[in-house]
Amino acid sequence: MFDSLSIHSVLHVLTVLLFPPLLLGVINRTKAMFGGRRGRPLLQTYFDLAKLLRKESVFSETTTWVFRFGPVVGLATALVAAMVVPLGHASAPLAFNGDVILFAYVLSLGRFFTMTAALDTGSAFEGMGAAREATFACLAEPVLFLGLLVLSRISSSLEMNALLGDAVARGWHASAAPLLLVAVCWFVVLLVENCRIPFDDPNTHLELTMIHEVMVLDHSGPAFGMIIYGAAIKLFVFVAMIVNLVLPFRTGNSLLDWIVFLLGTLFVAVLVGTVESVMARLKMAEIPKLLIGAGVVSLFAVILLLSYP
Amino acid sequence: MAAIDESLTTFNCQPVALADVPVVSCEDFAEWLANDLDSNSSGLSALFGVPATQHSVRLYAVTNHLMTGRLCVMATDVGERYASLTRNVSQAHWFEREIAEQWGVVPAGHPWLKPIRFHHSYVRGRDAWGRTDDEEILPCVQPDGTDYFKVRGEEIHEVAVGPVHAGVIEPGHFRFQCHGENVFSLEIELGFQHRGIERSLVGGPTKRTLHYIETAAGDTTTGHATAYCQLLEGLAGTEAPLRAQAIRCLALEFERLANHTGDLGGLATDVGFLPTASFCGRIRGDWLNATALMCGNRFGRSLVRPGGTRWDLNDGLVEELAKRTAAAFEDVSGAARLMWDVPTAMARFENCGTVSRDVADGLGLVGTAGRACGIDRDARRDFPSGMYRFAQIPVSVWHTGDVFARAYVRWLEIQRSARFLREQLRALPIGGVQRDLGPLRPSALTISLTEGWRGEICHVAITDEAGGFAHYKIVDPSFHNWIGLAMALRNQEISDFPVNNKSFNLSYCGHDL
Repeated sequence: MFDSLSIHSVLHVLTVLLFPPLLLGVINRTKAMFGGRRGRPLLQTYFDLAKLLRKESVFSETTTWVFRFGPVVGLATALVAAMVVPLGHASAPLAFNGDVILFAYVLSLGRFFTMTAALDTGSAFEGMGAAREATFACLAEPVLFLGLLVLSRISSSLEMNALLGDAVARGWHASAAPLLLVAVCWFVVLLVENCRIPFDDPNTHLELTMIHEVMVLDHSGPAFGMIIYGAAIKLFVFVAMIVNLVLPFRTGNSLLDWIVFLLGTLFVAVLVGTVESVMARLKMAEIPKLLIGAGVVSLFAVILLLSYP
Repeated sequence: MAAIDESLTTFNCQPVALADVPVVSCEDFAEWLANDLDSNSSGLSALFGVPATQHSVRLYAVTNHLMTGRLCVMATDVGERYASLTRNVSQAHWFEREIAEQWGVVPAGHPWLKPIRFHHSYVRGRDAWGRTDDEEILPCVQPDGTDYFKVRGEEIHEVAVGPVHAGVIEPGHFRFQCHGENVFSLEIELGFQHRGIERSLVGGPTKRTLHYIETAAGDTTTGHATAYCQLLEGLAGTEAPLRAQAIRCLALEFERLANHTGDLGGLATDVGFLPTASFCGRIRGDWLNATALMCGNRFGRSLVRPGGTRWDLNDGLVEELAKRTAAAFEDVSGAARLMWDVPTAMARFENCGTVSRDVADGLGLVGTAGRACGIDRDARRDFPSGMYRFAQIPVSVWHTGDVFARAYVRWLEIQRSARFLREQLRALPIGGVQRDLGPLRPSALTISLTEGWRGEICHVAITDEAGGFAHYKIVDPSFHNWIGLAMALRNQEISDFPVNNKSFNLSYCGHDL
C-alpha cells in the first residue's frame, strides 16, 4: 500500500512538473490546423522555457521587490494547487480535510501577487490589465466555489481527493444534471482563468486588448519563464479538475488509469483549441455578463442538487 | 453664389496657367470656400501654401465637385496671420495646421493649432509657435502654448500608446483620456516618419522623383505613382498608350485587392478569429505575387512610368494573371464568408467605432472610411482617368459607419475589383506601353486625382518658367482620415482601439511624407 502510494506521488509530481507545457503545444497545434497551417512544434513551449532560462532578467529601476516576487509566487502557488488536485485517479500528495479552501485561495494568492507586480511597474497598460484581472476574477471565483460546493455535498467531504475521487462516479449515477452543469461552468472558468479566447487572446500583440498578458509585459528572462511555466501548470490544474469530473471511472489497472487521464487532458486541450478557432473574442464589456451567467448556472446546479431527496 | 464663378475650373490632370488662378482677398477666399463646400457633393482635395514674396504666402485651395467632375482652384495671399478657415470649414483643420507648421503662418482662431509633423518651418526665422531656428524639435514634444487634450477628474486616467507600435509597424503616438475602460477622447500625434519628400521634389522632375513618389506610402506605390505619372502626362500634353493605362489599372486593382484582403485578415486577428486571419494573410501574398508577376516587385515598384509602364504583359502572363485572380478571389470569398457567418466576430464589428454621416461629412473623410459612412465618393467614377474612363467600377457604399461597415465596404470592393480584373484581362487593348513625354508646360498648375486603395490621392504640381516643379503637393487619403479614427474612438472601449485602427488602416508615412 505504502509502495503504490509513493509511486503515485512520484508520478504525480513528475506529471505536474513535466506535462503542462505540452498542453499549450496541443492547443496551438489545434488552432493551426483550423487555420490551415502546420503550426509550431508540439514541444515549442519547452524550447521557449529553456531559452528564457538561459537569458538575463532585466528589471526596471522604478520597480521594487514586489515586482520580482510576482513570478516566484505565481509559480509557487500554481505548484501548490497542483499538489492538491488528484491526478490519474490516485490520491494527491498533499491532502487534508478542508484543502478545498487552500486550493481556491492559493490560486488567489498567486493572482494577487501577479497583480501587485503589474501595479508596481506604474505602467498604464499593466494597471488596466490588473483592473481587468481583478474584475473578472471576482466573477469567476463564485463559479468555481459553487461547483466545489456541489461536489462537496455529493461526496460529503471537504477534501479534494474525495471531492474529485470516487464520489464523482457515484454522483453521475445519482445526480448527473448538476454535475453536467458544473462541468460546463468549470470549462468557462478554465477559459477565463487561463486567458483563452473568448475572454482573452494569448496570441495578441495588442496591449490595449490584453488581460493577463499585459500584466507581465515588463518581465523578462527566467522571471518571464517562471510566468509561462506557472501559467501552463495552472492550465493543467483546471484541465485536470475537468477530466476528474467527466472521466471518473476506474479501469482497475492504475497504469491504464494514468494513461486514460493524460489522454483526457490532451482531449480537453484540443477542445480549448477548437473553441479558440471557431469563435472571436468577446467585447470586454460582455465578459462579466458571461461570467455572471456561468455563476447563475452554477447556483442552479446547487439548487438542483439540494432538491434531490 | 457669385463667388463660386470666380474660381478657376479645371479637370483631373488638365493643366491651367498659373496666372489664371484668381487671387482674392482673404475674406473672399474664406467665403468662397465655405460656399463651395456647402454640399455633400464637394470636398476639399488640397489646401496648401506656396511662398509668394518675402513676407507673404499664397494659399491655394482645390475643391472637387462630384456631379460635374470639376476641380476648382482659388488662391489668396496671407501674411503672418490670417483668420482661420477652419472656423467655417472644418475639413480645413489639418491642412491649416500643416500650413502653419510649414510657413510659420498663424491661422488665428484655429481651434486646435498644433504642429502635425514636428519639423522646422521652411521660412527661416518665422515659426507659428515662436520657436527659434536652432531650437531642436523632437516628434511629439509640444511647443509652448499647446499640449495634449486633457480630461481632468478623480477617476480619469490617461493612457499613452506608442510611438513604438505593438506590432512594430510604423510609429505613431496615441493619447487616450479614459474613464475606466471607456475612452472619452483620443488624440493622435504623428510625424515620426517625416522625410521631407515634398521639399525634395521641388526643382524636379529628376531621376529620383519617381522613387520618392513610389515610397511616399509604400503600400500605395501604384496609387501614388499613377497619380504622379498622370500629372506629368497632363503637363506634357500627352497621354499614355491605352494598353499602358489598362496595365496601370490592373496594378491599382491588384494593390487594392492585396490591401483589402490583408485588412480583412487583420480585423479577424484583432478580434481573435483565427481561420480568416490565417487565410487572408496567405491570400494577400497571392495578390502581391500577381503584382510581382507584372513587374518583378510585390508592391508594384518600377511598373508605372511617366508616359506609360515599364513592362508589357505577354499573352501567357495575361492568362496566368487571370488564372491567379480567379483562384485568389475564390479563396478570399471563402475566408470572408467564414467571418460574416460567425456571430461572435460580427458582434465585435457591429456598432463599434461608429462615425456618423454628419461627422464624416464635416471632416471630409475619403475612401473606404468615407464610403462606410454612406458617402458616395470614388475618384474612379467621379474624376475618372486612365482606363476607368472606359470601364466603370460600381461604387461600394455602406451606411452604418462602424467597423463592420468599413470591413464590408472592403469586401464589396474586393468583389468588384476582381470582376474588373477579369473583364480587363480578357480584353486588354493592343499597342505599345510607352510614349515619350515632351517638355512640361511652364508656369502651370495641374491637379491629379487617383483612387488609391485607401481613398482619394491628390497630387498638385506648380511648374516654374522652365517647366520644373516650383511646388509639389501630395495629399494621401490618410491625411484626411486620421481624425476620423480619433472621432470613432469616442465613447468606445479602449480595448476596441486596435480593431478600429485596423478598420481605418491609415498610413503613417503617407501622412508624414
